[in-house]
Amino acid sequence: MIPLSWYLVFAAALFCIGLYGALARRNSVAIIMGIELMLNAVNINLVAFWRYLSPAFIAGQAFAIIVFAVAASEAAVGLALIISIYRRRSTVVAEDIDMLRW
Amino acid sequence: MQPEIMTWLTPLPPILSFFLIVLFARRSNRLSHTIAVGAMLISWGLAMAVFFQALAVEHLGEHPFTSSIAWLPTGMTTLHIGVLIDPLSALSLFFVAWTCLAIFVYSVGYHNFGHARDKEDVPGLPPKAGGIEPMYARFFAFISLFAFGMLTLVVSDNLLTLFIGWEIMGLCSYLLIGFWYAKESARKAMVKAFITTRVGDVFMLLGLAYLYTSTGTLSYRAILSEPVLERLAGTPSLIAGLSTAGMIGLLLFFGTVGKSAQWPLHVWLPDAMEGPTPVSAMIHAATMVSAGVYMILRFFPLITAGWHEGQALNPTMWVIAAVGAFTALFAATIALTQNDIKRVLAYSTISQLGYMVAAVGIGAFVAAAFHLVTHAFFKALLFLGSGSVIHGVEHGAHATHDHVDANDMMIMGGLRRKMPITFWTFVAGGLALSGFPLVTAGFWSKDEILGHAYQTGQAWVFGALVLAALLTAFYTARQITLTFLGEPRSKAADHASESVPTMTIPLIVLAVFAVGAGWLGIAEDFPVLGGLLPNWFHAFVGGTLLEEPLGTHFNAVPVLTSIAVALGGLLVGWLVYRKMTHGASDPLVKPLGPLYTIVQHKYYFDELYTFAVVRPAYWFAETFTYRWLDRGVIDGILHSVGRFTLRLGSFLRNAIDLPIINGSGDMVGEGVKRSGRGLRWIQTGRVQFYLVVGLLFAGIVLSYTLAVRP
Repeated sequence: MIPLSWYLVFAAALFCIGLYGALARRNSVAIIMGIELMLNAVNINLVAFWRYLSPAFIAGQAFAIIVFAVAASEAAVGLALIISIYRRRSTVVAEDIDMLRW
Repeated sequence: MQPEIMTWLTPLPPILSFFLIVLFARRSNRLSHTIAVGAMLISWGLAMAVFFQALAVEHLGEHPFTSSIAWLPTGMTTLHIGVLIDPLSALSLFFVAWTCLAIFVYSVGYHNFGHARDKEDVPGLPPKAGGIEPMYARFFAFISLFAFGMLTLVVSDNLLTLFIGWEIMGLCSYLLIGFWYAKESARKAMVKAFITTRVGDVFMLLGLAYLYTSTGTLSYRAILSEPVLERLAGTPSLIAGLSTAGMIGLLLFFGTVGKSAQWPLHVWLPDAMEGPTPVSAMIHAATMVSAGVYMILRFFPLITAGWHEGQALNPTMWVIAAVGAFTALFAATIALTQNDIKRVLAYSTISQLGYMVAAVGIGAFVAAAFHLVTHAFFKALLFLGSGSVIHGVEHGAHATHDHVDANDMMIMGGLRRKMPITFWTFVAGGLALSGFPLVTAGFWSKDEILGHAYQTGQAWVFGALVLAALLTAFYTARQITLTFLGEPRSKAADHASESVPTMTIPLIVLAVFAVGAGWLGIAEDFPVLGGLLPNWFHAFVGGTLLEEPLGTHFNAVPVLTSIAVALGGLLVGWLVYRKMTHGASDPLVKPLGPLYTIVQHKYYFDELYTFAVVRPAYWFAETFTYRWLDRGVIDGILHSVGRFTLRLGSFLRNAIDLPIINGSGDMVGEGVKRSGRGLRWIQTGRVQFYLVVGLLFAGIVLSYTLAVRP
């Protein structure tokens, strides 16, 4: 059986890729995609811990499902916002979208 | 209805009328006089009902109508108000109701109701040319309030409500004397009347307080009961030689001196003639001045406590008799020299009140009450008559554009043909005043006082009163002769006309009483006439006292003297003045010489008071009260309090308010502002920047957690 540490390393790698995408990419859609990656990295952690440490409880699975639901709705809302912003300002570059400034 | 309830109700319609007129009916002349006269009519009806029911009670003095309710709980005791109808108050109610009603009706005509308002007339001045009085409604409101005061005073069963009625009348007197307030003289007269009577009232209030502390009650029936009186008569007062009863009696008597215008406080009454004539009639002849006499009659048992008929007078009685007799004579002499028709009557009123007071002083209770009633009727009649005369002459003066003083008897004359009703009623009143024998009321009441004075052996009282009676007859004859007889001495008098029925009808009614009221009190043993009518008055009023006073026995000396002075005075007066011509000076000027001037100036009492009282009072007010006390002490205290507070305030501001409270308040604001400014750079609005910041923080927290809690 594959040891747990492999999963964790994989999840950490995935999280770092996602983090890099979220921080470094200029395109808002890409930022959202990075966030999705980070969320899924967490999911892998959750499921792996469940399977290896406490297979009797389904808490890990349940958490993962909730994170899926949140990630899906977050993606939906985020994309809708980006479309809306694009319609108004003809850009999806995150740096240009600074309306929240003081 | 029970007589007690009716008695309670008797004073109420006029006060209701006062408020109705003041609040609602002020603009409508017709409505206001309808309310006032209507209310007085109701009061009159109730008064008559009470009076006749009181007549039907046997021994009313022992079983009067009484009713009282607790009014003011004060500390340990409760002040009661209540009504009491005993013979004295029943009788007073009778004459008050009649004279008030007559005067109310008379006022309607006197103030020219039915004429349009003259455009030239201004409020505060009498109408110039027969237009309606500009302040018609106000007049009726005031006399309604006045009637309330008098009726309250009469029906009250205690000294407290009596005093309330007394002071209400004082106020109304003030308001009505100054009714034509645009006249300087009226304003002065109103203040003079108010302050002069106040002098008496202060003493009266002292007496009231003294009485209350000595007996614990103000109710007549409680005070005037035998044990209380005996106790009061037995205890000496602060002043040697006077019992407590005597002292209280004396203090209360000072109230009478003020209210009934006795010497030395008589000065206000003649000046009170500045008011409209119905006011002079009502307040200063028939009712208010009677209140003073009514009160000492009420407290007759207190004044005479410890004294029995036939003994020497006690000190209080002596003072009362002396003041009364002196006033009677003194005022009568002044009346001789006055040319103003109303002033003659004013002095005559003072003189007649002196009669009553003297009668009380010598213990002639019934005689004083009798004279009180007859005097109220004939003096109201005379005043209303003089008002009618003035009105007629004013009318004549206006018609002929003759600018004369319509009050001056010297420009009148011959009015008997112009104003027959006024003439005959005035003659009836004048004869009653001078005591025309056998027919008029004044004769019987005056005779009773003289008889009593003679009988009690007070020769000086008797002498003074006889002399006063002679002078009374003389000035009455002078007045009637100058006013009505002979030929008119001016165009105004020549064109005078009779007054309207609302004025003449009250005159006729009062004339009937002025003549007839005396027949009820004819002494039983008077030759021929005595016994024809029972001496109802003596039996009825005498019953007020605990022990019925002795009747005066017929004695030829006082009766013959009285007849002689009345007829003699009238005859001499007529003889002296019947040849009076226009512009001639008074026939008395020559024989009397400088004495005449002194008397005409009222013995310079006004000047004396101005010099001795008014000026010092002004000086004191100016120098002491205003300059020193007000400006110096009180203002000084106030100013230093103000300055101290200002200093304290500025200290508190600089030491506490600014540094501590303001500082800490500002510090919160400033701090928030600064930290806001410091953190402002974080807020870039870029999502990724936020993410980096978040990551950094997460990193810090994470490394901290890992480092500190491995």
